[in-house]
Amino acid sequence: MEFFKYTRTFNFMGRSKLAIILSIVLVLSSFVLLATKGLNYGVDFAGGTIVQIKYDTTAPIDDMREKLKTNPIFEGSSISEFGSSDEVVIRMKTTSGDVTVDIGDITRETLKGTGNYEVRRVDIVGPKVGDELREKGIMSLLLAMVGILIYVAFRFEWRFAVASIFALIHDISIALGAISLVGLDVNLDVLAALLTILGYSLNDTIIVFDRIREGVTNSRNTELSETINESITRTLARTTLTSLTTFFVVFTLFMFGGEIIHAFAFTLLVGVVVGTYSSIFVASPILLWFGFDVKNYHNKLAQKAKREAEKERMRAQYESGVM
Amino acid sequence: MKLNYRIAIFAVAIIFGIFFSVPSLFQTQDGKKVNLGLDLQGGLHMLLGVKTQEATKSRIKSIAAGIKHFSERKDILLDALSFDENSVNFSLLDIDDLKSIQEYLVEIEGLDVTLSGENISLALTQEEILKTEKLAIDQAIETIRNRLDQFGLAEPVVARQGEEKILVQLAGIKTQEEEQRARELISRAAKLELMAVDEDRVARVYSMSNADAAAYGDIILDDAENAEIKYLVREIPILDGGMLTDASVGFDQNNRPVINFKLNAEGAEIFGDFTGRSVGKRLAIVLDGKVYSAPNINERIGGGSGQISGNYTVTGAKDLAIALRSGALLAPIYLMEKRSVGPSLGADSIKASMIALVGGFVLVIIFMMVYYKLAGIVANIALIANLFIILAVMSLFGATLTLPGMAGIVLTVGMAVDANVIISERIRELIYEGVSIHKAIEDGYANAMRAILDANITTLIAAVVLYAYGTGAIKGFAITISIGILASMLTAILGTHGIYQMLESKIQKSKNNRLWFGIKG
Repeated sequence: MEFFKYTRTFNFMGRSKLAIILSIVLVLSSFVLLATKGLNYGVDFAGGTIVQIKYDTTAPIDDMREKLKTNPIFEGSSISEFGSSDEVVIRMKTTSGDVTVDIGDITRETLKGTGNYEVRRVDIVGPKVGDELREKGIMSLLLAMVGILIYVAFRFEWRFAVASIFALIHDISIALGAISLVGLDVNLDVLAALLTILGYSLNDTIIVFDRIREGVTNSRNTELSETINESITRTLARTTLTSLTTFFVVFTLFMFGGEIIHAFAFTLLVGVVVGTYSSIFVASPILLWFGFDVKNYHNKLAQKAKREAEKERMRAQYESGVM
Repeated sequence: MKLNYRIAIFAVAIIFGIFFSVPSLFQTQDGKKVNLGLDLQGGLHMLLGVKTQEATKSRIKSIAAGIKHFSERKDILLDALSFDENSVNFSLLDIDDLKSIQEYLVEIEGLDVTLSGENISLALTQEEILKTEKLAIDQAIETIRNRLDQFGLAEPVVARQGEEKILVQLAGIKTQEEEQRARELISRAAKLELMAVDEDRVARVYSMSNADAAAYGDIILDDAENAEIKYLVREIPILDGGMLTDASVGFDQNNRPVINFKLNAEGAEIFGDFTGRSVGKRLAIVLDGKVYSAPNINERIGGGSGQISGNYTVTGAKDLAIALRSGALLAPIYLMEKRSVGPSLGADSIKASMIALVGGFVLVIIFMMVYYKLAGIVANIALIANLFIILAVMSLFGATLTLPGMAGIVLTVGMAVDANVIISERIRELIYEGVSIHKAIEDGYANAMRAILDANITTLIAAVVLYAYGTGAIKGFAITISIGILASMLTAILGTHGIYQMLESKIQKSKNNRLWFGIKG
């Protein structure tokens, strides 16, 4: 089967202006969303308490609210449905440091008489731990980017590295914007998803860059935009295929993975789409604008080859004892 | 068919994968298995902090108790022996005793002694304070571990996290009652103190404030069973649980459970001395700041054993005996983070993620087969081998499979397929260019290799960072991704290459590129 065989070279770079406008609009509106609506930090990062309760039948949320009002511990708590109508979570900003007094027990006592239920999960994250997790989270994102930057600069060229980092920032920003838009709780799993996007989007970008590197090295054509168009077209079958299979996998995770993995799967879903787009329409044009000079690169390669040849000759001489 | 080193390595890898994943897959008795994370099997995860300043305080208190005991033995008369958060103060009535008290103080480590006339002030050195705080954490870890080992759960995890946090993980806690018991056992200070009741003033205890009591060097303590009943006891204890050697459950004459304890030689001596001196007075047995009983001292009690009676259930008495035996916590602990997952939620999570994993996997497998025909099947063999190897490696290392870890495996499936997509596309390209099958395969792999390596290594970089900075469940994600990427290099690159090399002559003979690579021509 060859649905995705492309015989004609598409003029991607000719469309890059349009794409960049779209990207800028998306990234900027993400920033605006983040600045105004902001992120909804969950207990992992903000600290707080979560009690997850499952009822035999539909959870009597109004009843529960009334009951919770009778205990001052629950002041400022909120109840919301979790995945299905019989499962709810109670969220509180407060935490208790007491090891023996358990909020799960207190909840169970307080809710007596609202039906048959089971306390399935209690998460308490103290403020100190929350701060630490957030610090570590931001640190891990930055460190991963720096590590990737160094590796790509070493394997390709600095302009490739910068272009891929731009693409990454683009992807992460839009993903964060989407999270803010739908108001997902940002917990550790979302951080993991963001880091996965980082890896995935980079994966895509590098496959395309590899072709560009190959094209630049092998072809005599010094017009970079043409080489880029050709390279993207030649990897397009792979890009579509992999994006589709990954999308399938993530989509099943999103649909059937259950509420607890919902935020993770949503973030990935956005990331797969944006990551595929950015490897074609963000990373490559940036390469072009940064003035990656094909002739210069050819010269460098030629010089490198010359040096290698020289070394080889020296070694040959040395080995045959002519020195 | 031709054997080659690639197919040999691949075969070994598959055998390895199947062999070591059998114990996990079929939950056999022997062999190393993958551990299920607390989020999947249910359980209790806690991060505990230690109130280390309390340890310094109690160190000060025990120094004060030591001085009191020493002076009583040597008949040295002290005036105004008192202590606060960081220092012990007293004065000598007879300055001639200075030498012998100094000899005693020199023996105590890390003490700053300030003399002014007959007034003596003692404080811990900064170094000693740090040492005490560190000791409190070390001791808390040790104590909690001892207690949980005797609690009867399989493989409790007690570990230090960072400088001053204690990680406690209890898998397999099934009921709320069990969790409650475990938490109480962990957090119980289990600080046993034997204290003298201040018989001169105890009659006035109900009209005294804490400050009044402090002025006499006393404190007011509640009765353990009835908080209405109060006792006035000397603030500096006669001895504490540090001198305890054993504690066990017994029964009193009414067949109610009690705890019998034994003191070490030093404790027995102090205890004997005190009881000998205090016949007719009462001794308060204080546990964690509550008076459990205050029997009359009828005679000198040698031998150093005693009994704590209270309104215990047998389980309660047993847990308390465990706590006393494992020693007191030098400082109280507090909860920094707690995650408890009920077993039913864990089971739901396993079910949901299995559906996602299997569903996604089947979709990908069908897709590859339809799109690439036999080449797709080759890729699928690699994919299945990959899953086995991930499971085998995780089993061997006793790694923990968490919910994000499951997601990591799902993702690895996607990435492993990607390597084969890249390779297959390259081979197709070369076949279109009209090169021989041999050259198409070899060049296809060579061309695809750079891209796959670069892509995998960058993802690996992200995974390593995630492992280094992540906690708990996230670490699980990083582990499966890392193992998955490494395994996919073995299966998707080396393994499939080996299969093609083995089948090369067949492919050439058949000349059916449609069947083999899913393309025309």
